[in-house]
Amino acid sequence: MTDYIATIGLEIHAQVRTTAKMFDGCSADYAGGDPNTRVSVVSLGLPGALPVVNMRAIEMAAMSGLAINCTVQHTSVFSRKSYIYPDLPKGFQITQYDQPICTDGWVEIDGDDGQPKRIGIERLHIEEDTGRLVHSTDGASLIDYNRSGVPLMEIVSRPDIGSAEEAKRYFQKLRQILLWIGVNSGNLEEGALRCDANVSVRPVHQKEYGAKVEIKNINSFRFVERAIAYEIQRQIDELESGGHIVQETRGWNEAQGITVSQRSKESAHDYRYFPEPDIPPLVLDDAWIAARRAEMPELPDARRDRFMAEYGLSKQDAELLTMERPIADYYVAAVTAAAQRGGSAKDVANWVGGELFRLLKDAGEGFEVLHERMPPLHIAEVLGLLAQDIVNRTVAKQVFEESFQTGNSPAQIVDEQGLKQISDTGALAALAQVVIANNPKAVEEYRKGKKTAIKFLVGQVMKATKGQANPQAATTALETILDTEV
Amino acid sequence: MTLSIDDVKHVARLARMHMPDEELEQLRAQLSAILDYVALLQELDVEGVPPTFQISGLSSVTRSDEVNTRLSRDEALRNAPDKYAGMFRVRAVFDE
Repeated sequence: MTDYIATIGLEIHAQVRTTAKMFDGCSADYAGGDPNTRVSVVSLGLPGALPVVNMRAIEMAAMSGLAINCTVQHTSVFSRKSYIYPDLPKGFQITQYDQPICTDGWVEIDGDDGQPKRIGIERLHIEEDTGRLVHSTDGASLIDYNRSGVPLMEIVSRPDIGSAEEAKRYFQKLRQILLWIGVNSGNLEEGALRCDANVSVRPVHQKEYGAKVEIKNINSFRFVERAIAYEIQRQIDELESGGHIVQETRGWNEAQGITVSQRSKESAHDYRYFPEPDIPPLVLDDAWIAARRAEMPELPDARRDRFMAEYGLSKQDAELLTMERPIADYYVAAVTAAAQRGGSAKDVANWVGGELFRLLKDAGEGFEVLHERMPPLHIAEVLGLLAQDIVNRTVAKQVFEESFQTGNSPAQIVDEQGLKQISDTGALAALAQVVIANNPKAVEEYRKGKKTAIKFLVGQVMKATKGQANPQAATTALETILDTEV
Repeated sequence: MTLSIDDVKHVARLARMHMPDEELEQLRAQLSAILDYVALLQELDVEGVPPTFQISGLSSVTRSDEVNTRLSRDEALRNAPDKYAGMFRVRAVFDE
């Protein structure tokens, strides 16, 4: 069998998080009300309505472009794309064609060989989202125009993606960046971020690309991976059995796990793009572009690398803690607070990445809510209590969880519940006496040379103190008695 | 410029207009004549003249991100030929 190379490019549509729509002052909160309650003369395409560009959407698009290493164009032109389908009532979509706002960038992902790989970005342009169609049972279609006119960015990658896994990682990376800079909600379920994939295969020895198949609307990371993997195999099977690939649009059928041929709405050359006469060109000067660059926060990859260099975290930990910006910000705040209390950045990473992630997952909560109830200072306090030997690890975990649930400060929890570790030699010596007297069997084993039997006795001391004994001090107290009073 | 009957059918389809067969030939001739007339422009030497999409001289006409306009649902649906449950109702459209 011949070996094949897959060539994949993704088109990502990302809603821009503005308050108003792209071309007028109509609310963009399309899901926040009943159908057709977020509409206006512009978003309904009524005659005489004049679209005016929402500058905030332009700022966010330019920032997005800069975040993925694109060039922001000085002159950007809006175009009409002929599109006769009832989800847009004008009969055309306002979009950008030959002069998009951003061009030529890249996003770095982990390639299949484990090495960093740059996926080229051809362009990022702005357009308007469409309304929503509901197909009713009696054969009619019902239309809600709340979403019509919501600002949308289309980000087109170059065909640099070589596998379904890389496609998924690229989509995830893009989501991470857009969410990080605050331009998109990252919500795939609600359609705020959507993905189309162009897939072709060719035998390794062949230079020219194979026929391109577009897979529409694959709106979860898992589906992207599955749909592309399926499509690559389908094309290879087709070629292997002597067939050829038809350039077409296919849809992903999740229930059956296959892609299905779709009739295209209108072939590409029928879009008849032409410059939108109602919107003058948008001119963005160097000072404006520099201002957008200045607004840019430290991006996730840069922060990941900094976490590794400054805090000595592993790549895995650094990636986990930079998955979303609120997590990374929370972590940094906790590290700063912990430093004054004797807790290291690595300790904080372990507690945040371990205990905290587990508790959040169990509670089904995100970092945004957490910040108020359990501020980063509380993580630092737990580490401080450990560093000063005020509590042992078992109690620390217990206090941590209680602080997470109730929002009370760890120091306060320890005080109020008397959870301070017992390190007092006198008190522990007395307890050790009692434990030794009550457990002759273990004592005998220990004295016969089975030194590990002491663990059982330490456990008894811990039990008697409800876990509050300092295990080290308890061991010492037991040893002192066992080794001297034969 | 001579259009073919297929060109005429294609344009009619893009415009979502139904053209009876017996009118196609007449339309073909008329549309060809219109294109010939406009083609006079091609005699001009426009070397070095940038394409002109706008004659307003304006650029960067923008608005701030504020909500300040809205139609009520009743207003929005007032002229709809058909509606149901607060939505516009149209003949079935299928994606697949």
